[in-house]
Amino acid sequence: MPPTTPAIEVKSLAKSYGRLKAVDGVSFSVGAGEIFGMVGPNGAGKTTTIECLEGMRFPDAGELRVLGLDPRKDGHELRERIGVQLQQSSLPDDMKVWEALDLFASYYRKPAAWKPLLERLEISDKKNARFSKLSGGQKQRLFIALALVNDPELVFLDELTTGLDPHARRSMWDLVRAIRERGKTVFLTTHYMEEAEHLCDRVLVIDHGRIVALDSPANLVRGLKSEIQILFTAETGFDPAPLRSLPGVTRAEKNGEKVIVAGQGDRLIVVVVNALDAAGVHFRDLRTEQPDLDDVFLALTAETGLDGGSR
Amino acid sequence: MKGFWKLAWVEIKIYLRQPEAAFFTLVFPMLLLFLFGSIYGNKPSPFFGGRGMVDVSTPAYLAMIIGSTGLMSIAITVSSHREKGVLRRYRATPLRPATVLASQVIVHFLMTLFGGILLIASARLVYGLRFEGRSLDVLLGFTLSTLSFFAVGFLLASVAKTARAANILGMVLYFPNLFLSGATIPKQTFPQAVKAVSKFIPLTHVVDLLQGLWIGDSLGKHLLEIGVLAGLLVVGVAVSAMAFRWE
Repeated sequence: MPPTTPAIEVKSLAKSYGRLKAVDGVSFSVGAGEIFGMVGPNGAGKTTTIECLEGMRFPDAGELRVLGLDPRKDGHELRERIGVQLQQSSLPDDMKVWEALDLFASYYRKPAAWKPLLERLEISDKKNARFSKLSGGQKQRLFIALALVNDPELVFLDELTTGLDPHARRSMWDLVRAIRERGKTVFLTTHYMEEAEHLCDRVLVIDHGRIVALDSPANLVRGLKSEIQILFTAETGFDPAPLRSLPGVTRAEKNGEKVIVAGQGDRLIVVVVNALDAAGVHFRDLRTEQPDLDDVFLALTAETGLDGGSR
Repeated sequence: MKGFWKLAWVEIKIYLRQPEAAFFTLVFPMLLLFLFGSIYGNKPSPFFGGRGMVDVSTPAYLAMIIGSTGLMSIAITVSSHREKGVLRRYRATPLRPATVLASQVIVHFLMTLFGGILLIASARLVYGLRFEGRSLDVLLGFTLSTLSFFAVGFLLASVAKTARAANILGMVLYFPNLFLSGATIPKQTFPQAVKAVSKFIPLTHVVDLLQGLWIGDSLGKHLLEIGVLAGLLVVGVAVSAMAFRWE
């Protein structure tokens, strides 16, 4: 596929279940080779969107193009070319790992060799284990292996790391990056902001079936215009009042030995540290707290974040 | 039918790894054979129309195997595949839905056939089982009976919301079919009232058909049984086609 063609194009996608509008007029596109993330509270419409793209669900309205195909009409052809990791799915308890890969490989026209796949996903030693005997992380690795067994152009990962421990989650991130390095497009959903921030080129924030933001993680954080906090420890006689007149500083307070200076702008830290140094203040343990995607997410989904956010 | 044979082969291996399924299909019929065989032997008796107990029971035990794979194995396997999301995962591949269902049919058919062959071979070797029918007719009757009960199994899996419900439904149907059809206890021993009830039990028609064909009846002599089983097949397939859900 030429790089100019987007891997996914969505125009005004809508899907309701009864009276609940699960997805309500969503439009976006995903470039080839991108890691694109969709974040939002539970019930925001992530899984419905991803399943419409996979051809697993039929939307009520909207135009969809995935790898140039319409998932509604060309679902069969599309499934030859995409890899799918579903949020809720399973294999028979007594199916062995190698049997699952061998079986799924037989479903495709051009399967990848599955033995190297097992090695890449570090589950070679579980080759003969039954599905029911695998740990949560091992099951996820197997599902990723199954999603890659047809050497797909586009991989969908729905809540890949939900329920995994932090170590397993980090190693999943490495796997996702490795998938992209092989030239594939990745579309993932997550409800961990940290995950979106570390992995994704662009993040779509969805709530109540509508897009509330779509940008790179860095731009989303910058767009939040929230304050940076500088925290340090100074001797008891230190007076924070002069700091308040520095450019960009909105607040400077002292509580015992601990000082908090808050403000905005990329130069805030330089300005504050220079001023302290010039005044000959002995400060220790200086650190900054910057807003991250978590803050963006909370701000964007604020109206509903506390109560109705997760239904 | 891409992926069909591999899927069928993997499902056969999985079937044999589940002790309870393999027990009812392969082991239990033989246990009954050896239990009643050791009590009554296979001497010709006027009670069984000049035939031995094993001669009459073996085709009835075939019906028992058909009942257990149809009402229990198919219904439970398909509904638990659905409940766990196995069917969902298959649906995300280019695998055709018909291939998934066809592989279940062939797997359970082969298991039923395998159970039947084991039973017949044991009865022949240990008790000198006599066969007076035509093999092809018996195979035809066996295949029709099996497909009819599989259709009912798919029907159960379609109407049951959970694997547990399918399991319970299957058992509720299986045990009356097992005991009131003559599949385990010879019908000759039934009192009149039970005989009357027995006519309304679907598996009775499998027992009658297979016992008849076993002693050389023509297919034409069993049009009632063939009609009932064909009707069951049509209804089962039609209802399943309408009510079946993938998730």
